[in-house]
This record gives sequence, structure tokens and C-alpha cells, in this order.
Amino acid sequence: MKNLIIVLAAFLTLFMISCGGETTDRERETTQREKPAEKERKADPRGIGPFTNVELTDPLDPNMVRRGKAISDVKCASCHKYETEDRLVGPGYLNITNRRSPEWIMNMITNVDVMLDEDPEAQKLLEECLVRMPNQNISEDEARDILEFLRNNDEENAGKRDGAAT
Amino acid sequence: MKKSVLFLSLAVFFLIALLSCRPQGPGVAATSDAASKVYVPPGEHDEFYNIVSGGFNGQISVVGLPSGRTLKILPVFSVDPESGYGFSEESKPMLNTTHGHIPWDDLHHIAISTTDAVHDARWAFANANNTPRVARIDLTTFQTAEILEIPNSAGNHSSPFITENTEYVVAGTRFSVPHGEDADRDVPISTYKENFRGAITFISVDENSGEMDIDFQIDAPPFAYDLARGGKRVSGDWFFFSTYNTEQAHTLLEVNASQQDKDFIMAINWRKAAEYAKQGRGERIKAKYAHNIRDKNSHIATSTIKEDILMLDPTELKDIMYFIPCPKSPHGCDVSPDGEYIVGSGKLAALIPVFSFSKMIEAIENEDFEGDVNGMPILNYESVLHGEVKRPGLGPLHTEFDGKGNAFTTMFVSSEIVMWDIETLEVIDRAPTYYSVGHLMVPGGCTAEPHGKYLVAYNKITKDRYLPTGPELCHSAQLFDISNGKLELLLDFPTIGEPHYAEAFPASLIKDKQVRFYRIEDNSHPHMTSGPGEARVEREGNVVRVYMTSIRSHFRPDNIEGIFVGDTVYFHVTNMEQEWDIPHGFAIKGANTAEILVMPGETATFKWMPDKVGIVPFYCTDFCSALHQEMQGYVRVSPAGSGVPLLFSTGE
Repeated sequence: MKNLIIVLAAFLTLFMISCGGETTDRERETTQREKPAEKERKADPRGIGPFTNVELTDPLDPNMVRRGKAISDVKCASCHKYETEDRLVGPGYLNITNRRSPEWIMNMITNVDVMLDEDPEAQKLLEECLVRMPNQNISEDEARDILEFLRNNDEENAGKRDGAAT
Repeated sequence: MKKSVLFLSLAVFFLIALLSCRPQGPGVAATSDAASKVYVPPGEHDEFYNIVSGGFNGQISVVGLPSGRTLKILPVFSVDPESGYGFSEESKPMLNTTHGHIPWDDLHHIAISTTDAVHDARWAFANANNTPRVARIDLTTFQTAEILEIPNSAGNHSSPFITENTEYVVAGTRFSVPHGEDADRDVPISTYKENFRGAITFISVDENSGEMDIDFQIDAPPFAYDLARGGKRVSGDWFFFSTYNTEQAHTLLEVNASQQDKDFIMAINWRKAAEYAKQGRGERIKAKYAHNIRDKNSHIATSTIKEDILMLDPTELKDIMYFIPCPKSPHGCDVSPDGEYIVGSGKLAALIPVFSFSKMIEAIENEDFEGDVNGMPILNYESVLHGEVKRPGLGPLHTEFDGKGNAFTTMFVSSEIVMWDIETLEVIDRAPTYYSVGHLMVPGGCTAEPHGKYLVAYNKITKDRYLPTGPELCHSAQLFDISNGKLELLLDFPTIGEPHYAEAFPASLIKDKQVRFYRIEDNSHPHMTSGPGEARVEREGNVVRVYMTSIRSHFRPDNIEGIFVGDTVYFHVTNMEQEWDIPHGFAIKGANTAEILVMPGETATFKWMPDKVGIVPFYCTDFCSALHQEMQGYVRVSPAGSGVPLLFSTGE
């Protein structure tokens, strides 16, 4: 009788392995997840993205200012007021060039998803505004035009510009 | 004694183990590693796009293979309250016909565009069976781009099959009907044989834009045209149509159209017909039809009614139309990948005849005829026959190919798929389907280069395959592995509507060409709002136009006053987002219409006729951000003539 029980137990085990082996392997494969590597959270005043050194020119280029405003009117003005720091959806434009480096501004415009995920300053803004700034698919040249418009906006409405330029 | 107990116990355990490892239920055919073959891990993509007709729902389903997951329901001939298709002012003209706006049709067949008989997957074509039309779907946006009505046709079943370079899409009429002026068409039904005509329509497709137009029609005998296939490679200049009711019955077709031993496969030399059409060797006859096309940049559809078509007479143009006798009401009419064999599936026959294209050409050259239809030659059956597949099963319907010399035919009555060798005509394998299979599909299986890996059976009856849902059940599909020279059932999956034909092609053909958003700079809608500074409300008499922007997460303007009962209000909503997968919706309380979903960079128009005084809310219907629930606004509706001034604002 003891033998019988051992044999039965052995068969049960075999049976369970033969019927279930494959799924457990697969389960292991698919449920193991890689832990995302901890990103280093060191604030870079230039932000994260393609722009590491933006050359500012003087005086302002009126053509760039005009083009930058045209793009902003269509793609940005729904959420950003121009002549105030007050938040609409996102922060107002006033004094932005005195608070943020030109590189940070252009990286935020062109590389917004990475900035919102990794840049501590951008993350603070997200916590405040709770709406992710949309990627409006703005090219690098267009971002430079918008920066020129922002510099002009600060010059005209705040009386000074480029206060945060390095 | 002890030994025999042990033996018995072992035997019982073996049996239990065997039984419990085997899949339960009527479909015992799935093998133990079937699940791993259809498993697409989270975040990974399917290998094939499967474009599936929706039948009586008038739509197309986009399905991933091998997983069987439905990715999208794409509205074509039926209104779609979910997206606003057929409800928004821009899309309404897509469903216009010479009978006015039609909100529904029955979509049976799919044709994916080809170059040199191989899928290029630029466009999908689809037929409307009830009110004859052909649609073109742009496979970079998965939107219906164009719909063309087919005159002189009634029941557009033999459609939308294509030539190998997508030069033409065809539309053969299922019902023959009288053509011409009102007086010609108002005839006793009993005069069928004298007055009724079949029409085969050849729709040209612009090779760059895809835009369709009716190039010509062929005045064919008053048969029922069932299915069709373009030739390919060697037979590339020809088109083949299956016919039934060659008896020319007009009542109780179930009996009266099944009298003759053989009906026909009609072969048309379309290349020659097209040349004759170009030379104007036909008659322009009056025939109204609607041509609806959606502009790529404004997204506005326009509907134009056209007045006449060019009709070719095949009894005069002697060398464009021939008839191949084919047993018993053929349904499918499918051409092998090399273009040499034409498989007729006589749905009431106990065999599958396979015709040879080269023998057909030989018979035409030798005038090897056994009779004529109104002077057009009937070729000798034996001379054109490659051979017959004997006793394949009951009720053969459709055939697809694996590119390795095999054909697969669905058997409706015996509910199975039969695999056979095209050269030897021998049956190699068969597999049951659950239940009563109609169409089948191999990815690329109707082209010169099939991907002979999978086969999908689209079944007509479902019964016990899934959890029951009352009297009406979804239709079932079944995925088979055909890569190992046999039919191996892998998966059952439910489908939407009633799938008839479907096609599939490698996802890599179009996956990276998908439009993610519409560039706002390219938006040419006349009522587009180019930025929040332009948001406004304008009144002209009783017509009010709201130029509105939407972006995460507010509308501008979101407070509107000075709207009166009896006004017609158009909300022209422009989605200012320029990011993939961020549509905004719009709906307003009490509107007798569906919501609109506005894609990023698009302008869509919602028409509202306020009928009650009060404050009426509107909101965004597509969850767009953490503040989506705040994306809303108010309209004040006042009595007509009350003089409340027009006001609009946001954030004031």
C-alpha cells in the first residue's frame, strides 16, 4: 500500500509537470520586469535635450520675433499668456528669459516628454499645473524663433531680457 | 492482488492525465503549443494587419494577426456615432448617393492595393452590396477617403476586385436590371430576358492620388455576377467573374436558378476593353451616380453627382468577353499565385473544377467553342479544364493559396477547410471549422506572393464557441497554422459584424507610414481657428458660427451668450494639439446628433439647433488629461427676439 502511494505521488507529480511546465516558463519570462535604472536627478540649468549652448545675438532679429510670435499664436497661446507671469494652463511668458536659460527653454519646447520625465524644474511645473505640456511638434529652428519672440516679449513688457542666460 | 490494484490505479491515472491534458469542448484540434504561437507579449506588435469586412455593419475591422486582437473599427458605409462619421458636417457628404443620404450598407469584400500583383497596401477598397458603391480607404490614416456610387448596378457583390497594378477596381452587378431612361426602366418583371442587363463596371484608380472614376461599363448578359478575380502575371490582362442564374429566372431563384448543370465563369480581356474605351468605341448613356471625396487638408468631403457613363457592347467588340462553363452556380472564382489556374467553386457541385489560363488562350485561338451567349463564345469545358478536385467536401465556396503549390477551399455545407495540391489536384489535408465557414484568407493569399504561414476561416455560425449572449452571437473566426504542410488549428476569436472577405499583409508595409497627427499649418478648413486669438462667435441672421479651439484642457470660447431658440449653431472645433493620440471630443446637451471626435490639427463641425431656453452645457468626451473633467463650457439660450447681446469669453 505504501508503494502504491509513492507510485501515485510520483505520477501526480509527473502529470503536473508535464501539463504545467510550459506555462510556468512563459510566466516567468513575461512577468519578470526590468527595473528602470534610477535616473540621476541633478538639476542642469540648461535642461535636457539637443540644446547645450545657444548663441544669443544682439540686437533682436525682427524677422525671427515675427515668426516666433506667429508660431506661438497658433500652438502655444491657448495655455500661455504673454504679458503676465500668471498661470493660465501653463505659466505666463513674462520674465521667462530672466528665469530660465535659453537652452532650457528650447529643450522644453522641443524635447518636452523627456523634460517632464527627467528635469526637476519641469517636473515641479507639472506638479503645479497637472497638465502635461503637449509636444506641439516644433522644429529646432522654430524653437529658436520662439525664443527670440520671448526675449522681445520680456524686453517690451518686463523691461529686461536674458537675465538667466549663462 | 496487490499488483493488480497497483496496475489498475496506474491505468486509471494515465487515463485521467491524458484526458485532462486534452483541450475540452468540440474543438479538440488545437495543439498544446498553439497558445505560444498566437501569443503577442505585452507591448509587442502583431506580424500582420488583417483588414476584415464587417458585412451588415457596413464597417471594416482592423485585426492583428496572429493574436486576433481587434485594433480598430473603421466606418465606411455606415454612420459611426463614436467618431462622428456621417454626423459631422465634414463627413456627411461621404454617405450621399443619388437617393440622398444613406446611413448604412452591407460591406462584403476587401481589396488591398497591389503593384505587380503583390500588396503595396496603399489603399483598401471595399464594396457596398445594397446600394452599389465602392469605397477607398487610405491606409496611412485608416479613414475612408472616397466613395463612388455604381450606376446600372443592383447588388454590388462582384466587387471590389482589382487588376494587378491597381489600374482598375471592378464592380459586377448581382441583380441584373434594366438600364437607361425612366421609360426604359419601367417594365414588367416578366420581361426579364428582353429588358434586363448585367453591368460590369471598370473603375480607374489614379496611380498617385488613388482617386477613382468610372472609366467604362460593359453591357453583359442578364446573369447574376457573384465574385471575381483579376488575373495576374501571365493572365494579368484578364478578369474572371463567376456567374449564376444563367437560366435568367426572376422568381424563386432558389429553385429556378439551379436548373442548369453548368453556369459560367466569364473571362474579360480588360486590357482590350480599356483600349476600346479609350478609343471611344462605346456609347455614352445617361446614368447618375455620386462621387464623394474627402479633402486631405480641410477634411471636408464633397459629393458630386455625375450624369453619364461610357457603355461598351461586347457583342460588337468581339474579342473582350468569353464564357467558360463551370458546374452548378459557381461562387468563388480564384486565381493561383502564378496566374495560370482559375478555381471555380460550384457551390452546389461535388467537385472543384480548375481551369488553365494557357488552355483558355489556346481554345480562343483555335475557336474551340461549344456554343455562344448572344454571339459571344462559350469555350469547350474539357479543352479549358486543368482538372477537377474529386469529392473535396460539400459546398465549396472560396479558395486561397499558400504560394507553395497548395490551395485551400472552404466547404460551407460540410463545414471544413480542404487543402489540395494545385498541380495534382489531390486532397492533402482537411480540418473542421466551427461552424459553416464562408470566406477564408491567407495573408497575401490572393496575390502573386502569399505569406503561407497562417490561414483564417470566417465562420457563419457560432453556436457554442463562446460564452452565450442571447439569441444573437458574434461571428467566429479561426486561425490555422499552415506553415508545416497541414492545417493546424491555433485560435478561435470573435469578430465584429459579419465578416465576408478579408485580406492581410505584413505590418511592416505601413506601420511606419502612419499619420500621427495633422499638421495645423496644413489645415485648410475655411472655418478653422488659427490660434486662440482667433476664437470667436459670428452671427449671420439665424446662423451662428462658433470658431472654437480645443487643447488640454479647455475650449475657447467656453462661455457663450446671445444664442436664440431657432438658431442654427455650427461649432467649428479645431484641435490645436500636435501630438499623437490626443483627440478631443465635443458634445452638447440635447443635440439631436452624435458627438464629434476631433483629431489633432483637424477642424470638425458640430451642428446644433437649440430648441429650449436655458443654460446648456458642453464638454470634451475623450479623456485627455488630468483636467479632462474640467474641459467644459456653457451656452446661454434665450427666446427668439429677446435681444440678448452676443457675448463670448474664456477665463473672464
